Amino acid sequence: MTQMVIIGGGQAAGQAVASLRQEGFDGKIVLIGEESTLPYQRPPLSKAYLSGAVAAEKLLVRPEKFYQDRDVDVHLDTTVTAVDPDQKTVTTTEGSFDFDKLLIATGSTPRKLSIPGSDLNGIHYLRTMADVDAIRAQMTNAKRLCIVGGGYIGLEVASVAVSAGLSVDVLEMEARILQRVTTPFMSAFYHQLHEGRGVKIHTETGCSGFRGADQSVTHVQCGETEIEADLVIVGIGIMPNIQLALDAGLACDNGITVDDHCQTSHPDIYAAGDCTNHPNPILGRRLRLESVPNAMDQARTAAANMLGGDKAYAAVPWFWSDQYELKLQMLGFSADGDASVLRGNPETLQFAQFYLHDGKVVAVDAVNSPKEFMVAKQLFGHSVAADDLANPEIDLKSLLPSA
Amino acid sequence: MPSVKFIEHNGTEHVVDGNNGDSLMVIATSNLVPGIDADCGGECSCATCHVLVDGDWLAKLGAISETEESMLDLNPDRETNSRLSCQIDMSDDLDGIVINLPEFQY
Repeated sequence: MTQMVIIGGGQAAGQAVASLRQEGFDGKIVLIGEESTLPYQRPPLSKAYLSGAVAAEKLLVRPEKFYQDRDVDVHLDTTVTAVDPDQKTVTTTEGSFDFDKLLIATGSTPRKLSIPGSDLNGIHYLRTMADVDAIRAQMTNAKRLCIVGGGYIGLEVASVAVSAGLSVDVLEMEARILQRVTTPFMSAFYHQLHEGRGVKIHTETGCSGFRGADQSVTHVQCGETEIEADLVIVGIGIMPNIQLALDAGLACDNGITVDDHCQTSHPDIYAAGDCTNHPNPILGRRLRLESVPNAMDQARTAAANMLGGDKAYAAVPWFWSDQYELKLQMLGFSADGDASVLRGNPETLQFAQFYLHDGKVVAVDAVNSPKEFMVAKQLFGHSVAADDLANPEIDLKSLLPSA
Repeated sequence: MPSVKFIEHNGTEHVVDGNNGDSLMVIATSNLVPGIDADCGGECSCATCHVLVDGDWLAKLGAISETEESMLDLNPDRETNSRLSCQIDMSDDLDGIVINLPEFQY
């Protein structure tokens, strides 16, 4: 019987299982996950799960019964130690598995700090449900949270924590928060938003070490100065988990190199999600994304092709971030624009910043403006008059390509 | 346990049970009903779980939120009975509800 093996227990892995069965595959599926939980939604971890608004079982992408009913051989708490592409076997801490086709969906790991004191208690990273369970257990008694890194994860945590009554400091090495991922305009908007809610943001401030008492952190050191903190969350980026692929001799370059069919340099091995470096035919360049929609789409693509299909992946990347009562929806990359157009008023906390290149829409940052986000999806790549886009009197529908 | 009948765009019917409190999106994806992508996992962020609610069932549902309305407004397949299935929670009152699936999610 044909056997599909999936390494990883995240959203790409979960979607691949579902897609294989949905496409009619009735052979054996083995899912090998390092975490102790079935595939779950990761985005709410730094948002509704951290705040306690959503329970753990609600995060599961599909219930346990699904895997039983669909005859999926699930191995949780299991680490893959080697992949042998020639023998087509996967070796794990719980034994080895043969595969006909393999999907690597190993995701990514938070970048770690290695500075004095970084092993003190109270210093956390945020990637898994277990990470957040540990943070929540401490947050109930904590008074002063220091977040190292002013990216989306850090800022989402800041919004939950300051709303829960903690004192919150955010340290950002660069000149502005979100510097790597957005424009000065959006950085300034979120800086002002967070400061208005009581978060203290320290830009151009690196973390040089931690000081503690009784094995627990008490202070974050920034060169000559110190910030008091009894809880620290570090969010300074993630790195794709490519070691298994490298050891197996698969081509890697800032991620596991795949083609638009999610196929690696070995014809029987596919990869999907955060761990891949993949071509984007719409943008005309290769990308490594930290994105759930990408993980889901690549998993669907890989599953179809593992079954002998001919499905290519081509989608405009999109992202979202929830902070306070603000829903930010992003399409494309603002850095691709040579001009920007503002629709709405940032002071009302409801606006969209469109980005154009040679007059064509290439990206949007939409704050509490789902309609603008949806219109950008349809306008992507099309020319539009900037004045019309900026004019709230003009109905967005009239700007659509088909209108 | 209340049940839902999902009807694909090609007419294929799927009658499945759902837990009270689970969204229609979760019930569909947990039962591998094709035609619902649900890329954002139910946060009303992506509009890829668009459905068309059959006949009188629409009146039994809660009001549509401003966000959901905005997400649906520009959908080319939008009908008066369009909803996002992640925003509809199952209950005994909805036992037997009939849901039609659009041909595409955007």
